[in-house]
Amino acid sequence: MPEITYRDAVIRGIAQEMARDNDVVFLGEDVAKAGGVFKATVGLYEQFGPLRVRDTPISEQAILGAAMGAAMTGLKPIAEIMFSDFFAVCFDYIANEFPKSRYMSNGQTKCPLVVRTGNGAGSRFGAQHSQSVENWCMMIPGLKVVAPSSPVDVIGLLAAAVRDPDPVIFLEHKSLYATKGEVPDGEIVDRLGTAKIVRPGRDATILALALMVPRAVEAAERLKAEHGIDCEVIDVRSLVPLDTQTILASVAKTHRLFTVEENPRLCGWGAEIVSIVADEAFYDLDGPPVRITTPHIPLPAADILEDMVLPTAERIVETVRRSLQS
Amino acid sequence: MPAATATASAATDAPGPVTPIVEFSKDQDLSAYKTMLTIRRFEEKAGQLYGMGLIGGFCHLYIGQEAVVVGMQMALKDGDQVITGYRDHGHMIACGMEAKGVMAELTGRTHGYSKGKGGSMHMFSKEKGFFGGHGIVGAQVPLGTGLAFANRYRGNDNVSVAYFGDGAANQGQVYESFNMAELWKLPVIYVIENNRYAMGTSSTRSSAETNLSRRGVSFKIPGEQVDGMDVRAVKAAGDKAVAWCRAGKGPYILEMLTYRYRGHSMSDPAKYRTREEVDKVRTTHDPIDMVRHRIVEKKFASEDELKKIDGSVRDYINDAAEFATHDPEPDVSELYTDIYR
Repeated sequence: MPEITYRDAVIRGIAQEMARDNDVVFLGEDVAKAGGVFKATVGLYEQFGPLRVRDTPISEQAILGAAMGAAMTGLKPIAEIMFSDFFAVCFDYIANEFPKSRYMSNGQTKCPLVVRTGNGAGSRFGAQHSQSVENWCMMIPGLKVVAPSSPVDVIGLLAAAVRDPDPVIFLEHKSLYATKGEVPDGEIVDRLGTAKIVRPGRDATILALALMVPRAVEAAERLKAEHGIDCEVIDVRSLVPLDTQTILASVAKTHRLFTVEENPRLCGWGAEIVSIVADEAFYDLDGPPVRITTPHIPLPAADILEDMVLPTAERIVETVRRSLQS
Repeated sequence: MPAATATASAATDAPGPVTPIVEFSKDQDLSAYKTMLTIRRFEEKAGQLYGMGLIGGFCHLYIGQEAVVVGMQMALKDGDQVITGYRDHGHMIACGMEAKGVMAELTGRTHGYSKGKGGSMHMFSKEKGFFGGHGIVGAQVPLGTGLAFANRYRGNDNVSVAYFGDGAANQGQVYESFNMAELWKLPVIYVIENNRYAMGTSSTRSSAETNLSRRGVSFKIPGEQVDGMDVRAVKAAGDKAVAWCRAGKGPYILEMLTYRYRGHSMSDPAKYRTREEVDKVRTTHDPIDMVRHRIVEKKFASEDELKKIDGSVRDYINDAAEFATHDPEPDVSELYTDIYR
């Protein structure tokens, strides 16, 4: 199977949907002629032209507002917000407009749009261009929230997001753009709300998202090789809808739960899942669920400091080992 | 410094373009009269029901501003879109939405336009081209720009009208929208309803440049001030703006000089202005009285005929109130419809 990068998967995913549906329009800052600051939209302008692929002014509120106005009439915009940190600049649309219009309008004005954004740390960009903000979005009723970790998931979940009738926040991880993965030829369409067991195991369940998935897999391999602990790693992929079935089934099998989160500790997505597991599968657990997160501090810029705060394979290995062997 | 100040204020005070008033035909005057009166009676009734505790939450009345939305609506055609903020009851009635559906939303009943899940500030009718009803000050301006984007994308000649107030004119997203709309030549008319008070703060105390029609100057968007109390002036300016937009020339700004008779919301006693100020506008420049006088003067209708219209409007509103106070409350199952969970 051919390998492509996560970055090229974004391009292919958008192109697949734009070629299929004339109602899909793509807009954002530097996305057209420049091909995106992360080069994740190269060639789309040339392929689909200036009407459908649009460079915008640096005006995040106008970008999301215009996308929603168009979506209310039935277009299916894909809007890019360059860095997810900038959600704070246009949060009115994310929090007050997109997720409420269908509910408040008796279903008359739906909001079938996708907001793509560069999320996460690892590039030494500092506290205002590195955050993992999936938890900002997850807490708002009416939004769907997706964060793929592999090229094939980028295409499949992006297609599902574009075809979904609700607003979807699509979080691409900046540190994954250069990574590669196998992608079959032809159209790829996945389903929102489906987690993926990326490594089966018996002794503990490790939930991870985006950049934390390859780290959790690496940790699981080391735990097996070095400590004989066989972990099941689940790529959550979609926070809303959340695939609780896959998660609960895994906990019922392994009896231990770990979450690996890049978001800061307070109100991270792992806390929500731990709460669900405590409610629904408390007696399946052989020990307390453990959250491995970024500490509750702004992200620093220096290499050594940024590396220290993000969960690493090493930290996952140590945490799981200590918990299981105590 | 004095010289610079003088120049600046001279620029501010420079009169902008004024579209000449075109006299209304009999049908136009009668139609405008009836719709404006319907809005006023609706709002008076809503105020009463609010006072009786039958309407809760927010309720922002449009009384005094009726000519703006009625005149603009007369300049539009099928397929054009309207979007506004929270003072939206008048816009819905002008768009042709049923009074009983709007009133039933205010009372939180099953047959309200949003089944009671929207409330006063959040109603929609895609069928009538009304895209809300938005509660966050200024948020509708980028949305209205997006409606225009969709029209341009589809290559039709429809326009969108994005209404906002003198208060919203000081929100940042308005200017992001202005720039994008002119850059992309989007067919959107920005109607600034300047009712002189941003909630409780007068525009002179909240705006550095009080001539809001000039707010598009640095974006190259033409704008003009309009007597928003004269429905003919609104219609004439609306026609001009609509023609500009349909011709693909980009957005247009109309600042409607108008006045809100009631407080910002039902909980506002409006102590920031004098009783005399309100009375003066009511007695000398009321939008409905002006049309009524004209109709009588031009003999478009007799006093009796006008009374008949008044009676039919009153009946229509009373029926709406009757309906809205007897319609059942929404079933709790509605809590979980029209939302993913």
